[in-house]
Amino acid sequence: MTSATSRRRVLPGFGLTLGFTLLYLSLIVLVPLSTLALRTASMGWGSFWATVTSPRVLASYRLTFAASLGAAALNGVFGLVVAWVLARHRFPGRKIVDALVDLPFALPTAVAGIALTSLYSPNGWLGRPLEALGLKVAFTPLGIVVALTFIGLPFVVRTLQPVIEDLDVEVEEAAASLGAGRRQTFAHVILPALFPAWLTGFALAFARALGEYGSVVFIAGNMPMRTEITSLLIITKLEQYDYAGATAIAVVMLVASFLLLGAINRRQSWASRRGATA
Amino acid sequence: MNIEVRGVTKKFGRFTAVDDVSLTVPAGELVALLGPSGSGKTSLLRIIAGLEAPDAGAVLFEGEDQARRDVRHRRVGFVFQHYALFRHMTVFENVAFGLRVRPRGSRPPGVEIRAKVMDLLKLVQLDWLADRRPSELSGGQRQRVALARALAVEPKVLLLDEPFGSLDARIRQELRRWLRRLHDDIRLTSVFVTHDQEEALDVADRVVVMNHGRIEQVGAPDEVFEHPATPFVMTFLGQSATFAGRVQGGKAFLGPLAVDFPGHPHEEARPAAGYTRPHEMEVGRAENGGGGLWATLRHLSPAGAVVKLELADAEGRSFQAEVNREQHETLRARVGERLYVRPRKLRIFVEPR
Repeated sequence: MTSATSRRRVLPGFGLTLGFTLLYLSLIVLVPLSTLALRTASMGWGSFWATVTSPRVLASYRLTFAASLGAAALNGVFGLVVAWVLARHRFPGRKIVDALVDLPFALPTAVAGIALTSLYSPNGWLGRPLEALGLKVAFTPLGIVVALTFIGLPFVVRTLQPVIEDLDVEVEEAAASLGAGRRQTFAHVILPALFPAWLTGFALAFARALGEYGSVVFIAGNMPMRTEITSLLIITKLEQYDYAGATAIAVVMLVASFLLLGAINRRQSWASRRGATA
Repeated sequence: MNIEVRGVTKKFGRFTAVDDVSLTVPAGELVALLGPSGSGKTSLLRIIAGLEAPDAGAVLFEGEDQARRDVRHRRVGFVFQHYALFRHMTVFENVAFGLRVRPRGSRPPGVEIRAKVMDLLKLVQLDWLADRRPSELSGGQRQRVALARALAVEPKVLLLDEPFGSLDARIRQELRRWLRRLHDDIRLTSVFVTHDQEEALDVADRVVVMNHGRIEQVGAPDEVFEHPATPFVMTFLGQSATFAGRVQGGKAFLGPLAVDFPGHPHEEARPAAGYTRPHEMEVGRAENGGGGLWATLRHLSPAGAVVKLELADAEGRSFQAEVNREQHETLRARVGERLYVRPRKLRIFVEPR
């Protein structure tokens, strides 16, 4: 039998804080999401299935997941570079660059969408030369990737930056003294150490992109079957007072995102357990 | 392989870390760079390794200038104070790293790597921990893994930066005796940095005492301890009592002490100081022979192999003396008592002009 004293925790307030956490999460996250499920349940299995498997909806799922994944991958690569430069190098204007990274957080997404659209539209600053090269950005899936990359960048940079700052330079020196080149040191020593944080940043950027609406609708052009993202489709349904249809699409999106993020989280915690502090 | 350092200078901003240092480390020796923090010992070690480039001067291995060779190609084994192990790799992978990153042509086959790593882990007595991760090891074990990892690339020189600096006192002593035995076995030219004079005197063949980026003295442990070249070496290597005063006309007047000093026969007085180690004091109740001073016993620590006496001279300046147990038994000094203290050995340094 376990005695009361041996079960007492060193840190007080466990019961209280756990209760608070659960209550808070329920109010903020679970209750709204469960009404989503309830709404959907009102429509019956048959019409639910018909709604979520209609070609237009399926196309939007494909587009949303593919564009989000592409944007998160782009941010994974270039966000790492930005984070590395900001964490490791001191140069004039570093503070300004550092502040710029946060802009996509602060800017209303619609503003970002309009700015990107005017920049990449066929007569925009970047759109015109790119069009001359045969590359259309605005009003294509590529434009959606551009917008999602823009809003996802800070997630990768801000999760990686502190971890890079904490990296022990001695570990790199040790690798060099053992004969490893810069590339080998990066691949075998630095990347494994950054991987858990990188995966977190990737997951955050990905999750953010899945639900993004404001910055995308302007640059996407919103052509059904081609450049229509799932969030837009949901809004469209709402505007037609088809609440059940909108929530049905949303529930599928929710479940898929939840599964994906869960998988990334498991991979992430496994990686960070492996690399527990030495 | 011997190491030669020629006129090396290194500045960090306006701070001169290493100031025109020249030094030769003979092949097969274990040399300690000893000094307080900020004395430039670690900078010098990192310059020898190639982790830092000197502003002036040269580092030569076996007469060969290393300036154009970076740390990757110097074949030095470097052991860091905080181990710098690769924490996502097992102990085995850590040690194998140096062999696995070799270019394809010179990389040994897997079986060979395996045998070699296990041999090295046996050498550092950690073969039973090969599959553990660094986070599962104690500090002493981690440092031994770091050493095995450094030895895996068959370095020509082994450099250790405060290798025992972050370990407990007991493990520290064990590990330094072990390092000495290991060095006797493999006879690899080795340089280690320490701020612990006991460690340097205990382990090294030769001690290089550094201060303010310069070398104060180089010598065997007993040599630097018994015949310090400067007041700094005297005071840094263990405890000492200081008697400040002057030298004049073949005599030294150092506070309460007056002794012959043929080293300065001139009539002109010069400031000077005399230094004595606590164990070099004779403590009694009579002035037989003279050359000593009367002092009051302030405190007595009778525990241990030597008995420590804290004394104060007529002007209240305190200093320490040590007597062995037998002397203590016959003397039976009491706190508050006046005793006659005679330095058996007094090292007098005249202040440079």
